[in-house]
Amino acid sequence: MLEEFAEEHIEPLAIGAWILGTGGGGDPYISTLNLRRLYAEGARVDLMDPMALDDDDMVAVVSKMGAPLVGQERLGDPVHLARAVEVMEDYIGKRFRAIMSVEIGGSNALSSFLAAAVLDRPVVNADAMGRAYPEAQMTSFAIGNLPMFPLSLVDVRDNEVIVTRAASWKWMERISRKVCTEVGSTAATCKAPRTGREVKEWGIHDTVTKAVELGKAVLDARRRHADPVDAILDHEGGKQLFRGKVIDVARETTGGFLRGRTIIEGIDGDRGSRLELAFQNEWAVAFRDGEPVAMTPDLLCLLDTISGSAIGTESVRYGQRVTVVALPAPALLTTPAGIAAVGPRAFGYDIDFRSVFP
Amino acid sequence: MYRVGIDVGGTNTDAVILQDKTVLAGVKASTTEDVTTGVIEALENVIAASGIDRKAIDAVMIGTTHFTNAVIERRHMDEVAAIRLGLPSGAGLPPMVDWPDDIREIVGNHGYQVKGGYEFDGRILSPLDEDEIVRIAGEIRAKGLKAAAVTCVFSGINDAMELRTRELLYRHCPGVPVVMSKDIGRHGLLARESAAIMNASLLSLADRTVAAFQKALVQAGLTCPFYITQNDGTLMAADVVRAFPVLTFASGPTNSMRGAAFLTGLKDAVVVDVGGTTTDVGSLSHGFPRQASTTVDIGGVKTNFRMPDVFSIGLGGGSLVVNGEKGISIGPKSVGYRVRREALCFGGSTLTATDIAVAAGKADVGDKALVDSLAPALVEAAVARINAMLEACVERSRISSTPVPVIAVGGGSILMPDRIGELEVLRPENFAVANAVGAAIAQISGETDRVFSLIDGKTREAALAEAEAEARDKAIAAGAIPETLEVIEREDTPLAYLPGNATRIHVKVVGEMGAYHG
Repeated sequence: MLEEFAEEHIEPLAIGAWILGTGGGGDPYISTLNLRRLYAEGARVDLMDPMALDDDDMVAVVSKMGAPLVGQERLGDPVHLARAVEVMEDYIGKRFRAIMSVEIGGSNALSSFLAAAVLDRPVVNADAMGRAYPEAQMTSFAIGNLPMFPLSLVDVRDNEVIVTRAASWKWMERISRKVCTEVGSTAATCKAPRTGREVKEWGIHDTVTKAVELGKAVLDARRRHADPVDAILDHEGGKQLFRGKVIDVARETTGGFLRGRTIIEGIDGDRGSRLELAFQNEWAVAFRDGEPVAMTPDLLCLLDTISGSAIGTESVRYGQRVTVVALPAPALLTTPAGIAAVGPRAFGYDIDFRSVFP
Repeated sequence: MYRVGIDVGGTNTDAVILQDKTVLAGVKASTTEDVTTGVIEALENVIAASGIDRKAIDAVMIGTTHFTNAVIERRHMDEVAAIRLGLPSGAGLPPMVDWPDDIREIVGNHGYQVKGGYEFDGRILSPLDEDEIVRIAGEIRAKGLKAAAVTCVFSGINDAMELRTRELLYRHCPGVPVVMSKDIGRHGLLARESAAIMNASLLSLADRTVAAFQKALVQAGLTCPFYITQNDGTLMAADVVRAFPVLTFASGPTNSMRGAAFLTGLKDAVVVDVGGTTTDVGSLSHGFPRQASTTVDIGGVKTNFRMPDVFSIGLGGGSLVVNGEKGISIGPKSVGYRVRREALCFGGSTLTATDIAVAAGKADVGDKALVDSLAPALVEAAVARINAMLEACVERSRISSTPVPVIAVGGGSILMPDRIGELEVLRPENFAVANAVGAAIAQISGETDRVFSLIDGKTREAALAEAEAEARDKAIAAGAIPETLEVIEREDTPLAYLPGNATRIHVKVVGEMGAYHG
């Protein structure tokens, strides 16, 4: 139930994860460099089927927390992710059998691998979002009402914090976000430890493989000169929402998040229309000429029209030629409990969730 | 009006004279070691061929791939101190971590990580370790490094530590130029740092090259203004190039694609520009070079300049052909501008790609008798290798499986077959000097990059509009035709650490050149 994660899967994992990041989670490039360095030094990571976990195994859930814009300047270091795991092991007095990422979207898809490579543990083929989301309560574990504490947070200056208890997932988010912002809006965290049983029941399974396969489909389309955007839509059963040119990007970094909106002017079949993508780290809601047409938890992805590469909320800029697509969300996120946690109202939009997928 | 466009490539120096939209004359000369002699020769020849009075020339636009070639060939690059201010953050990924090994060695791999840097909101990440800067200054002197590049975490938000480091270096190693990353790149530490390091390593080449251009124009008796073309197809003054040679990195491909579009009237095509040292392949889409939306590699180094999406390989008319143990290899080493002396068909002793084209009967330059002794099997294998290299990069640049024409331009395009795969190859009139045509039709830009304060009810939209109006005014004053102006960059970065809701706005507009105003 362990399989070595081959070095040649790093690139497709990064491409697929960046698409599934729906604009957030940060460009995996820096994490890719870090993982390649660790592999070059001889480290190897095994990928573990979540169903192979024993019920009482302990699993570390790691994540780099903060604004992606910050991660492009303050480059992450694997030792801090590993340190967050060790701090948690010291606190709970138990050893983790394996490590998983809180989100498969963006650079955190590689965070589990970075910690695992340093600590020589396997990575569980699962995450807790099936995409990327900005806040702690927006996870499958929160939807499953699992305990949200303790949490360890490590920064680059030798600050280490443990949040021992929180009244709710939302409180855990508020407290840990405050600490994260204080240390510069980037920190390594180890979320509430999970048992094997919890991961089996509430984890979103096989998402590492899903990201790798999606990345391979993009690479394959590029090699064949097929349209990589079409390849993504085919592979994921997605829908194209809009094609055009970016004409405005407004962003501000507040409270540890990158918030703002991107406005795209239509071309081809969308000429004469405008699409506004509102974001909070990730693309949250798409408004076509003022009307909401797609929204979280459906995955909204902004892609470079030609290469099919994802464009993040921190790297979108004026003049880019882009295509906006929607991909189906993991089933759990579209249940009533899922929509309460990650639907448009969770991001402050007073609209009912309507999926673009009937 | 009369405009002269000059393209100084690794092998050839081309010149054209345009009267408005008409190419009056185009000539090729060899690039010379001193640069000046080749430019003078091209200028004199093109003035003679056009029959116009040199006093009537309104402007000279020079495009050059000199700096790009230096990086691709790993030549003329100085060893530099690459100083990053950011510890304890980012320690695991030192400067130049994602560079190819050979180029890292050429610039000396003198990476330093020093305590310093800012947070996203302008607070200090760590105080600058000034003692360490002074110690590094000592090493710069001891090692005889020619320049330094300083990159501070979040220098786009606060540039004080880069400025302070430059001041310390000026004091402790006088005479060593210091490049600050905030002047070159945008957000994104690694790409900005890499651009700053490459820029620093090219400064002495930039000094020599610009001086050579100036000397050539003076000797040719031209007193009109002269400009150098930059990445986005717009013009910049000579002093700017002296300080920021990296801004010319993609000017070659931009010029050749704009020139190819101008010469053929085609809007959608793949453009293959074969020079003496490199081949650049890019796509024309709706008449403009398709821009890369993410990072662009220069000689294997990632940068985040706004550039056309061009793929370059080390294949050109001067490329060395080596029949080694692993079969035939062509390039990336090139005899460059010495091809007319060193290639076999010109009586030299080096086997180049041009000799292969001549031996295969594809080109008629030099003396074919001098390459008659080449083994037919060798020639055939080399032609096959060249075709495979060209096909691979055309395939890589195609943006869809719909067949589009391939426009072959550049002096080395004698290497091009008549078809590439299923695609037809076109050679427009004046194809050999498309780059110089592209330089001659280069656009004028106007730019605003400053901090605006959003107080007293001033909105972000109003500040952006004000910035755009400023940029337009600058472009018009520099000679752009107002109706042709188009915004190509528009970016605002809120500066949370400054009072008064400050935001840094960068707007760049470009337009066609009209008449000069003063």
